[in-house]
Amino acid sequence: MNQAQNQIRKLIDENGKRTDGRTADELREVKITVGVVKNADGSAFIEFGKNKIVAAVYGPREVHPKHMALPDRCVLRCRYHMSPFSTDTRKNPAPSRREVEISKVMRESLEPALILEDYPRAAIDVFVEVLQADGGSRCAGITAASIALADAGINMRDIVSACAAGKIDDTIVLDINDTEDKEGVADMPVAYMPHLEQVTLLQLDGILTPEQFNECLDKAIVGCNIVYGIQRQALMQKYFGNETELREEQ
Amino acid sequence: MQEVKRRYVVPGDKIVEGNFRPLMNVIKVDNSIIATRIGIAESGREGVKVIPLSGVYIPRVNDIVIGKITDHSSLSWEVDVNSCFSAHLPAQDVFGRDFSPARDDMGRQLATGDLIAARIIAFDRTRDPMLTIQDKDLGKIPRGELLKISPTRVPRLIGKRGSMIQTIEQATQTRILIGQNGIVVVMGRNLDGTKLAIRAIRMVEEEAHTANLTQRVKVLLNVPDTSQIDNTSVAQTQNSQKGEDIQSTIEEVEEEIEEGEKT
Repeated sequence: MNQAQNQIRKLIDENGKRTDGRTADELREVKITVGVVKNADGSAFIEFGKNKIVAAVYGPREVHPKHMALPDRCVLRCRYHMSPFSTDTRKNPAPSRREVEISKVMRESLEPALILEDYPRAAIDVFVEVLQADGGSRCAGITAASIALADAGINMRDIVSACAAGKIDDTIVLDINDTEDKEGVADMPVAYMPHLEQVTLLQLDGILTPEQFNECLDKAIVGCNIVYGIQRQALMQKYFGNETELREEQ
Repeated sequence: MQEVKRRYVVPGDKIVEGNFRPLMNVIKVDNSIIATRIGIAESGREGVKVIPLSGVYIPRVNDIVIGKITDHSSLSWEVDVNSCFSAHLPAQDVFGRDFSPARDDMGRQLATGDLIAARIIAFDRTRDPMLTIQDKDLGKIPRGELLKISPTRVPRLIGKRGSMIQTIEQATQTRILIGQNGIVVVMGRNLDGTKLAIRAIRMVEEEAHTANLTQRVKVLLNVPDTSQIDNTSVAQTQNSQKGEDIQSTIEEVEEEIEEGEKT
């Protein structure tokens, strides 16, 4: 019954608007605040639509247990975790299969941006805590984590920006939310380094033709570039206030 | 010929293109210099660097640091220098060449929990930092109030040619030791002076990036504003002097440790 209703329900109406009123190429509202966790070396809070996520970075610091340390570079450890109250039905706080996976892909998507060789025998810990989830939390988490890493003053080749694209009904759309993720056809989270123009994460849940895949990827990268603009702005705001250009005093 | 150009950068930003020398917190990709930290980029004739505005302390050779003895083995002390690497102070450095673990009692010289001012004599990516206290004005710090600030704020706390720290010291009648690792020890004659100095240091740390800081510190300390101390009006100019100031940190620390009782 419920299933049948879902299939009838259209995710894009006759005006081309999605369930939350966005157009196909529109991103949800993104807000980033830097330096929210005072105890951490670097931190960021992101609101990506209804997602609310805190990322905190500690390090480079001593590795415990010591045997995990690598002689030639730093170990990066990531923990993605959803709070019990982040979803409408209580989420068991124990790490689920999904969270273990996201922790891993998050680490792998951040690693290429970090110059880990600069900190041999040390560790960098990244904690991503989802306070409220609404689809696309891994992208929002990566976005926040990369800002937190920059805030912690860790040497980076580039900032990582992440954004999903996907297919709902028959349209390729940017930034899938929770409903679209569950009822849509495909969901493709992408993490991207805007200056280096390299993709550090690409997952795909669903079925796309090769043409659709390319369109989806292009769209996600456009989204990442928009997200990058917001990330950059947030960092600038924290460190330089409203000034964007340095005033020369001579 | 060419002026030093400064601008704000975040990681990944291209600072300049062309054949420049990468100095600090930058990488060379193809033909352009890319920033790896948030901070102020400086490109001049000698090269391109970024003065970072955040980050933990990473030891460098010849830095003067303040550390706490955490442990000792039969041959060396282990020192916490507020970094991801714990430093070692060899016993021979304190006892001299004829040190013998059987004869000399290490605990008598430096006990766990003691504070020392030391210089890093060796550090590279394969080894933990090695310290010495044999230079002038280094050694055990007998008393004082310890506080930690961000290592990136150390040059700001010292100020141009030590202006900031001198202002605070004179107004509060304290002696302030600053390690480049962001550990500060305040030694005051009385409690009020010490408290005031700590408040001033905290203020410098929190408002390091703002303009007219020296003046506001003076207001806090009730110092009449005289022109003899260079009250640099804009934080950026101060920050941009960090290169110089790092040098002055070392001098400063050496100066300041005069009272530090050598063991």
